[in-house]
Amino acid sequence: MLAHYGYKDGSGDYFIVIDTDKCDGCGECVTACPYGVFEVGEEENDPFREEPVAKVTELHRKKIKYSCAPCKPTSGKKPLPCVQACRPDAISHSW
Amino acid sequence: MEKEYWRWPESKWMSPDIDWKTGDIISAGVDVGSVSSQAVVLVDGKLFCYSNFRTGSDSPESAQKVMDKALEETGLALEKIHFTVGTGYGRVNVPFANRALTEIACHSRGANFMYGPQVRTILDMGGQDCKAIHCDERGKVTNFLMNDKCAAGTGRGMEVFADLLSIPIEEMGQLSFKVEKEPEPVSSTCVIFAKSEAVGLLRKGWPKEKVLAAYSSAMAHRVVELLGRIKMEKDFAITGGIAKNEGIVKRIESELKIEALKPQYDTQIAGALGAALFAKALVEKERGLR
Amino acid sequence: MNVAGIDCGAKNVKALILEEGKIIAKSSVFSGFDQKAAAKEALDLVLKDAGLKKEDLSHITATGAGKEEVSFSQGTITEVGANAKAINFLFPSARTVIDIGAEEGRAIKISEKGKVVDFAINEKCAAGAGTFTETMARALEIKLEEMGALSLKSQKAVPMNAQCAVFAESEVVSLIHTKHTKEDIVRAVHDAIADRIASMARKIGIEKDVALVGGVARNIGFVDSLKRDLELDLLIPEDPEFSCALGAAYAAVEKAKGG
Repeated sequence: MLAHYGYKDGSGDYFIVIDTDKCDGCGECVTACPYGVFEVGEEENDPFREEPVAKVTELHRKKIKYSCAPCKPTSGKKPLPCVQACRPDAISHSW
Repeated sequence: MEKEYWRWPESKWMSPDIDWKTGDIISAGVDVGSVSSQAVVLVDGKLFCYSNFRTGSDSPESAQKVMDKALEETGLALEKIHFTVGTGYGRVNVPFANRALTEIACHSRGANFMYGPQVRTILDMGGQDCKAIHCDERGKVTNFLMNDKCAAGTGRGMEVFADLLSIPIEEMGQLSFKVEKEPEPVSSTCVIFAKSEAVGLLRKGWPKEKVLAAYSSAMAHRVVELLGRIKMEKDFAITGGIAKNEGIVKRIESELKIEALKPQYDTQIAGALGAALFAKALVEKERGLR
Repeated sequence: MNVAGIDCGAKNVKALILEEGKIIAKSSVFSGFDQKAAAKEALDLVLKDAGLKKEDLSHITATGAGKEEVSFSQGTITEVGANAKAINFLFPSARTVIDIGAEEGRAIKISEKGKVVDFAINEKCAAGAGTFTETMARALEIKLEEMGALSLKSQKAVPMNAQCAVFAESEVVSLIHTKHTKEDIVRAVHDAIADRIASMARKIGIEKDVALVGGVARNIGFVDSLKRDLELDLLIPEDPEFSCALGAAYAAVEKAKGG
């Protein structure tokens, strides 16, 4: 499943996409993110999945444009810690 | 009393053919949304009864009320229900629920039942959110997004305009077509900015139907953009309160050049229906049937 | 030499006149639904105040969201560029400028010569601009001007979950119903917007000194919240809402001198 966490508002689209088929629930993203955007837990959108999965915390879902801002400077793009930490390559950002 | 233009009609329904007493598994789903709440009861996976009412300020009370309304005159008591799943924004506040599941999972499953297994893309326009879901032939979610951060593209955004233009919410769809020519859509996405833009248009002498048309097409355009993020397929359904607003539905269809599947049931029950279907599956799992 | 700078903002049009680099008159007019007319009115007012005629002005530069509506201007400058010029003049030590207007928020990084190095903008969403606080004032049934003082009296921080101004309105109403004091709610509103503005500024990398301009800088409660969030002090000019107009006027001086 491609889980899009985030939103679209007048200023643009802000989504962190987690491919839950690739995610093995290892939790590397949770440790890598300096702002606590991720957590690992029960797959809320698939009641029959047994393995834990990574997701964006409720607290950050409505403000990832702001939560992720320090990792996305306007000039001098650098690799995102969450994307780099994810071995199965399950995390992507849409903006 | 001041007229409340945003009020929408409530509903309830009961199957004339099903006798719950003959049922093996009686399952229920309750969807406590931010604006409306629904309860659905299934007897062996068949739709037995449902109700759709406004959510009050207290979620547990609203859940109880909507369930009582659904069961009214059916002779079925709450205790007879084997399993209840709560969903929606207030899903953890359903006192009699055995489990809580997300709206995403439930809407997808509910739409699969309402529109048949061919449905692949579902747009749910709720009171305070907008969801775009892609699912497989079993109603399992394959791709989703949920926008509950921003009021644009939600029922709430429409309510703001119902109030501004003093038009009852259920008349908005029809009135939005009372224009000679479709105007340019309102340019602001943000509901707050769109509202000031609309006030400016009214001052310029635009009739309110034209302002409404401009907002409706902006709203349709916005949700079409959201659908573009997930996989858009031609077997497509619109659920939620806004699915009752023809002004939005027709504009979405014309922008997508796809006609949405037409529902047999109240479009607002998709979440509760999916919850009730999950409840049935969970009973079967408990009984070792699956 | 006299020049004018006009800032045609979403909510107000600000105009000011410089005589040999000194401000001799300024005016602010509600933009309403006719920015063209409002810009004209603002210029007429400021000319009258300065005792000048339009012909006495060597150059008029316009800025602001509605700068193209200023039919009588001889040139335009972006809000980012105008702010950089104004702040470099007012506070030469400033390297970061935060500007919050009614419908937009901006963070600008400037060099010691007042050149724009980098910038970030919050636009097209009321959550990141002055309209947010204004909408909340309406929901709380208090005046916008009262918010600052009220917020400083707050005893505790209440979290606010809604980002969208429309949803935040309902949240404010439910906070009132759950018996939170107006003081604490106003503080929550200021903390929420300050948090968003601070995050935007972090995108460009905050460098000291930091100047705050725009109408929202008049709100002492918001200023307090932003200082707390950024953990540093802010330089605020006497008339923070005129910063853009002042920058436009400096641009007009350069144009006039350059021919």
